[in-house]
Amino acid sequence: MSMLHTVNKSPFERNTLESCISLAVPGSAILLIEDGVIGAMANTKHSEMVKAAMANVKIYVLGPDLKARGLNEGNVVDGISVVGYGEFVDLTTEHSAVQSWL
Amino acid sequence: MKYGILVNEGPYTHQASDSALAFTKAALEKGHEIFRVFFYHDGVNNGTSLAIPPQDDRHIPNQWSELAKEYNIDLVLCVAAAQRRGLLDESEAKRNSKAASNMIEGFRISGLGQLIEAGIQGDRMVVFGD
Amino acid sequence: MEDGDQVIKKFMYMNRKAPYGTIYAWESLEVVLIAAAFDQDISLVFADDGVYQLMKDQNTEEVGMKNFSKTYSALGDYDIKKIYIEQESLEERGLSLEDLQGLKYEDEDDDWAEKDSIILVSRAELAKVIDEQDVVFSF
Repeated sequence: MSMLHTVNKSPFERNTLESCISLAVPGSAILLIEDGVIGAMANTKHSEMVKAAMANVKIYVLGPDLKARGLNEGNVVDGISVVGYGEFVDLTTEHSAVQSWL
Repeated sequence: MKYGILVNEGPYTHQASDSALAFTKAALEKGHEIFRVFFYHDGVNNGTSLAIPPQDDRHIPNQWSELAKEYNIDLVLCVAAAQRRGLLDESEAKRNSKAASNMIEGFRISGLGQLIEAGIQGDRMVVFGD
Repeated sequence: MEDGDQVIKKFMYMNRKAPYGTIYAWESLEVVLIAAAFDQDISLVFADDGVYQLMKDQNTEEVGMKNFSKTYSALGDYDIKKIYIEQESLEERGLSLEDLQGLKYEDEDDDWAEKDSIILVSRAELAKVIDEQDVVFSF
């Protein structure tokens, strides 16, 4: 079992997502929450980085945080799964540990 | 599963408390156990009894307090972080000759060892912060 | 992992923020010093701006804040001897290990010989170390 990483900051504001992607081993998962959901959006400056990462890691985004920000689930990068808080909990049980990238 | 939760930010400025509350509730609904929620840094401000948010806003300290009552969850404010930021329970207030205490029901104040213990005893530690 | 009936877990403290601008570095160090009493397998990581926490010659006199940088040198006395520094983070900032304070511990299994606590790792090596952890604290 590998690790679940959570990222809560926009890639336009901080390098958290970039650091997380560069340190997440293949097979681990990244869940974007809070302002981190901005990193899930397609057609941004950072979308290519996210797409490239998805060759190695599974990426999820928290739906309630997308909705709160008026971001459309349909506009996330292809292959990113939209999840709720219940699935957030499930992801923590399915992975060996959780690293929150603060 | 048994969870330890760490909250590093106070209510309102950051979403950390709201995310932690939503996660905690979701975990409880799925039948998991919350071993402890530990509040550190400005997170200790989640335990204030003096917050008066506008009526159309959520009351974060009350939400924790009610959650603690309903599910018997252990909510712990770090003593060093709380003293720095002026969060006192009755005995701390008395011991430091302060006029009043300001910790809401359902929380308790203890040392950082309680965070490490939550890491050891819990199956997962989930951190919410800035 | 079990050691007798005592559970030993791998705890990692991830430091990615510079000191003084926020309190995270200082309060993280406070957690580490308490954690040392619990006989767990402790690692510290300094990556991204976290590497600035270990800069030599910090002087906080004029900003009026407590200079806690000397406290890192006590980590060895607390039996904390795995301090990972990410090489790429140093390079990206034009820094080398020479710019950071040295951290040592005395090895009780080797006649108390003084040894380096600092382990310089590449990003790829650090990724593996992170993935082995049971509990990751970040502040």
